[in-house]
Amino acid sequence: MARALINVPAKATRGQVIEIKTLISHPMETGYRPDYNGKLVPRDIINKFVCTYNGTEVFRADLHPAIAANPFISFYTVATESGVLTFTWTGDDGKSFVEKASITVA
Amino acid sequence: MKCEARNATTRRRFLALAGGAMGAFGAASLLTVRPAVATPASMAAAIREVVGEAPVRPGKIKLDLPPLVENGNTVPLTVTVDSPMTAASYVKRLHIFNEKNPEPNIVTFHLGPRAGRANISTRIRLADTQSVIAIAELSDGSFWSESVDVIVTIAACTEESK
Repeated sequence: MARALINVPAKATRGQVIEIKTLISHPMETGYRPDYNGKLVPRDIINKFVCTYNGTEVFRADLHPAIAANPFISFYTVATESGVLTFTWTGDDGKSFVEKASITVA
Repeated sequence: MKCEARNATTRRRFLALAGGAMGAFGAASLLTVRPAVATPASMAAAIREVVGEAPVRPGKIKLDLPPLVENGNTVPLTVTVDSPMTAASYVKRLHIFNEKNPEPNIVTFHLGPRAGRANISTRIRLADTQSVIAIAELSDGSFWSESVDVIVTIAACTEESK
């Protein structure tokens, strides 16, 4: 579906608040835009983004067409333990794109 | 379609907009005090849907948007809520609304005590010069809001697809 860029610090101390930056390539077609023939291009957006930390949901976003193409989201979370952060983007077609990043907490 | 309708800018409309923009500086404090008053019906309805009958108070949120946007297709937005983000007191949800895009909703963020800091950045589309409103729902059930006026020179969603 797409290509994603994720920025998670590789190491953190326990309890540290870390910043996570995510970007995924996607046109985020609004459904309000005409093509050359004057017909509306059908809507096709990512409507959901979820971040889980070792299986526990820490951040979720419901996106609407007013989010710019190639959705960029940056947020914070507390580094509690070493493990894997899983990022899931879900589109209007129900398909998901999953990306993972690991973090070592000392 | 809403985007096409705005191409027919009359002198009267332009003057009304310019006057509104000038007035906005003076009335900015007034606007933030009563965010739900000066907004079109669709946004008010969308806000009502998430807030219900609960009162929405101004404050606690900082909404960072450039005051003058050259390209409405990608507008950087940063929202910060003044909250300790502990298990006892945290931000549950953060909603962003707009007045004049085809749809009033922009995005809803779901947070929790695990977030550590209620600070989120993203990029949005704006179809017109308008105000953007952020509403935070805290763990104690209270709602707080902040409104920012943005002037957009090139609107999103008017250009044809390639």
